[in-house]
Amino acid sequence: MKSSHRLRLPAAAAAVTAAALVAAGCGSSGSSSGSGGAAAASAPGITATQILIGSHQPLTGPAAPGYSEIAPAANAYFQYVNAHGGVYGRKIKYTYLDDGYDPAKTVSVVHQLVLQDNVFAIFNGLGTPTHLAVVKYLNSTKVPDLFVASGCDCWNNPAAYPYTFGWQLDYVREGKILGAYIKQHFAGKKIGYFYQNDEFGQDGVKGLDMEIPHSQVVSRQSYVPTNVNIGPQAAALKASGAQVVVSFSIPAFTALLKLAALKLSWNPTFVVSDVGADPITLAGLLEAFAKKGGATVSGNALTQGIITDGYLPTLGDGSNSWIALFKKVHDTYDAKAPLDGNVLYGEAVGYAFVQAMIKAGKNPTRASVVKAVEGGLPQGPSVAPYDYSATDHGGMMGAYIGVIKNGAIVQQGPVWTTDTSPTGPVTQYSGTQPAAPASGMP
Amino acid sequence: MTEFLQFTLGGVSFGMVYAAIALSLVLIWRGTRILNYAQGAMAMLTTYIALTVITHTGSYWEGFIVALAAGLVLGAVIERGVIRPVENRPPLNAVVVTIGLLVLLEGIAGIIYGGQYRSFPTAFSLNGLHAGSVPLGISRNDVFVAGAVLVAALALWALFRFTPAGLRLRAAAFNPRAARLLGVRVGRVLTLGWALAGLIGALAGLLVSPDTFLYPSSMDSIFVLGFTAAVIGGLDSPVGAIVGGLILGVLLNYVGGYLGSNLVPLFGLIALMGVLMFRPSGLFSVSHARQV
Amino acid sequence: MTLLRHLAAALVAGAVIWAASVQLSAFRDFQMAQVAVYVVAIAGLSLLIGLSGQISLGHGAFMAIGAYATALLSTHLNWPWWAMFVASAAVAALAGVIVGLAAARLSGPYLAGATLMLAVALPSLADQFPGVFGGDQGLSVNITAPAALGAAFPLTRWQAWICAIAALAALVILANLSRSKVGRNWRAIRDDPIAAALSGLNVARLRVLAFIVSAACAGLAGSMLAVTTSLVSPGSFTLTLSITLLAGAVLGGLGSLVGALWGALVIVLVPTYVTDVATSHGLSGGAAANIPIAAYGIVLIVVMLVFPYGIQGGLRRLFGLVPAAPPVRLTSPRRPGPADDQAEDHDSPFRRPPVSEHQEEGTP
Repeated sequence: MKSSHRLRLPAAAAAVTAAALVAAGCGSSGSSSGSGGAAAASAPGITATQILIGSHQPLTGPAAPGYSEIAPAANAYFQYVNAHGGVYGRKIKYTYLDDGYDPAKTVSVVHQLVLQDNVFAIFNGLGTPTHLAVVKYLNSTKVPDLFVASGCDCWNNPAAYPYTFGWQLDYVREGKILGAYIKQHFAGKKIGYFYQNDEFGQDGVKGLDMEIPHSQVVSRQSYVPTNVNIGPQAAALKASGAQVVVSFSIPAFTALLKLAALKLSWNPTFVVSDVGADPITLAGLLEAFAKKGGATVSGNALTQGIITDGYLPTLGDGSNSWIALFKKVHDTYDAKAPLDGNVLYGEAVGYAFVQAMIKAGKNPTRASVVKAVEGGLPQGPSVAPYDYSATDHGGMMGAYIGVIKNGAIVQQGPVWTTDTSPTGPVTQYSGTQPAAPASGMP
Repeated sequence: MTEFLQFTLGGVSFGMVYAAIALSLVLIWRGTRILNYAQGAMAMLTTYIALTVITHTGSYWEGFIVALAAGLVLGAVIERGVIRPVENRPPLNAVVVTIGLLVLLEGIAGIIYGGQYRSFPTAFSLNGLHAGSVPLGISRNDVFVAGAVLVAALALWALFRFTPAGLRLRAAAFNPRAARLLGVRVGRVLTLGWALAGLIGALAGLLVSPDTFLYPSSMDSIFVLGFTAAVIGGLDSPVGAIVGGLILGVLLNYVGGYLGSNLVPLFGLIALMGVLMFRPSGLFSVSHARQV
Repeated sequence: MTLLRHLAAALVAGAVIWAASVQLSAFRDFQMAQVAVYVVAIAGLSLLIGLSGQISLGHGAFMAIGAYATALLSTHLNWPWWAMFVASAAVAALAGVIVGLAAARLSGPYLAGATLMLAVALPSLADQFPGVFGGDQGLSVNITAPAALGAAFPLTRWQAWICAIAALAALVILANLSRSKVGRNWRAIRDDPIAAALSGLNVARLRVLAFIVSAACAGLAGSMLAVTTSLVSPGSFTLTLSITLLAGAVLGGLGSLVGALWGALVIVLVPTYVTDVATSHGLSGGAAANIPIAAYGIVLIVVMLVFPYGIQGGLRRLFGLVPAAPPVRLTSPRRPGPADDQAEDHDSPFRRPPVSEHQEEGTP
């Protein structure tokens, strides 16, 4: 082996690096600030005919099941809006990139969206650890970060993150509302917690503890999504004598808990977070077992009686004008996906975005859309109003309690609202949900 | 006490699945000296095929048989098509090829079937079994799982021990050159070995998918633990695979029950290192004098 | 002399990179930083496998250690970037001592299994001690461009610069190590541990040293990753990362530093490129999101079949830089079996090549 070639290699490396990078730089398909630039370009991503927004979503990987339906559903609503004139004549173009629920990848795709594609805003970025990786970047580059798809209350921080807004009911509030219901209806009973060992489950438990007396809680079992064997946790819950199990779990683990209870011949009352209680998803997960579990043929039999909460109208409520609207949009633009809670979520948050853009005016800028949301958004498909203001970027305030009956959630009682503080009460909401606009556009 | 019993029995059920994966890895290792990182993904794909059959015909057992047959075919096709070219290359090439296969199979499953969790049926009832009035924490199906793996292992043993094909497999694995000189078609025999491993892997997938739900990466963590079980038992030993799987399954169930779900991977590592510190080639390894 | 040559090469490369970073867009700067991260990690792994003959499926764990060390230093002590890089590499090196010692007796698939389990188990520690490690949400890292460069200086370019500096420094050190006595000793224990031991080399110590060096590289890479992503959480250090590093090392060409560059480029650019192609053809979302994944798998398989010695090996053949011997020793073309165990260290990824063709028949 010649030794002189050793010197060539590092230099060759440098040359090749440069060549590769320059080639990559030149070869990249256009983008940058290419499209448009005529009179109506008031901000990056806005042209006379188009609003370009981006998002990071887990389209593959461990979080994909279920969550991957949300972005196509939002896009379906945007297509509906585009077909009906758009927002001041501009069509919404929604680019959502896969981050596989990996925060390092989230940083990469968000950089791509902001720096290369020049999106106007990041919309509905999904996941708490993933979005935490990019929230500082988005705020320092003054990119609107609208309606994060996560129930963490960390997005409600106007001082540190002025461009970031939450949307859905946060997990602490949800815990409080569920907790208040349990305190009222299951007084004296033994309560067991089953929760995901991350911010979703831990915040939920925080909320529950603000309402349920500590003496009632006999067992707290956590799980991690990477370990599907939750038999030991179920056995521990049963051994503690829990009569009511509150579960802050994703649908797969709600189903696994139900299966484990079957194996233990144990039948407590289940109270499950909205995240893990979508009846259609659960029935799908349990259907193969319903036949063997001694129940009747549909998976719905195994979900009967599960208590949960909801911040959007229930899909089972045929008379609700929002469900009718979203069903129509789904059937036209997203028919391949099952009409379940994730699709409803996606369309509802898409509606909120259109509301914000309309309010931002004919020539929106990044700053003007932020101001628009801070000025308050009228209540839309959510059952409780939004509390957006200059000092509150949280989003929804409340939810109703429901019970799963025959594969659909049936509302029980009124809508409840609360805050995230330990002493704030859970109060009944006396207003009513406005009807969906006839045109389907805000 | 009841809890301990429930943990133990539940651990046996999962442990037998790890044992099945370990067994298929041992089969391939003994035959071709390759670690098949795609074993779990192959099992996932055959289970999807089973689900398609079950959904169309309504019969679990038809899907079961088809999946096992698919496992045979898939193993054979992969060996001839993708692995044969790298068998004589640096071994790490085979590692990257099987990793590429893993990624490819998961991608294909995602494209054809989508990413959402699918419910996979069981052969037998899920109602808990009781000893008297004490719930055992396992179901009839769990007993079937353990039994099926045992039967498969025994059938494999009988195949190796008593049939001419098994003799050829053993000869080709032990000394390929001598076997070739004696008229054994070594190439064909290796394909058979991979096919059998594919069959056992398919069985593992069918047995565990009700508990994990079926989605493209559902077999990933099962594979990791099956691999660990194979290493614990010793990669040359089928008995070691079964024993390793059982030990791992039961131990990790205790950890999950008494210490918490989060500590399971850590204790898997501790168990593995514990064994390897004393027996660097696994529990049932035959040690060769290597140092001078 | 070797050191000067390598330093000169590094300076040239540095100048080229500086020029590129200024000319290219901010997004390309970000990608340059990403490539730098992977070059360092893969170079360390490639050295471990290619030079010392040990396999590791757990280098993602060392990256995690380096990344968390940086995050903790940034949060609690607010150290400057270069101090964090060095300290994180040192912490990971320490972990490398422990792992190396535990792994010194293991070989081949057993080492693979142990390191695989390490990669799976280590990130769970972050959830186990959420107070220290921030749990699932992770810890953030403060990184800002120095004020001297002006307020409008893009952060991604600064990140590209510091990552490039770290990468070049690491590569110079690795190149020197590879050419030094230590490097020669590593090759000796890789090719024939028994002969090496007979020649007086301390095989175990050299193996542990290789682990330490490669772990330090991975720790540095983890630190660079922390700086480019500004958040460190367990979700970034799954088993997939370790496997990706291995694939990158073998794809690029084991034992070769330039190979590490090819591997890093493939890892960073191929998935985004395929995603772009898929999106431009109107495929997006749902099932189509899996197309880049399937394509990536095909790339791995095909490159391995076409370039058995990795891209660098293939290029060497192509350009005739090396006439016959590939950068990594050939294995014997015979199919191995347990009967051969008594003749040689069977589980090493690199086995002794036959001295001559005739020798094959006379295996004991």
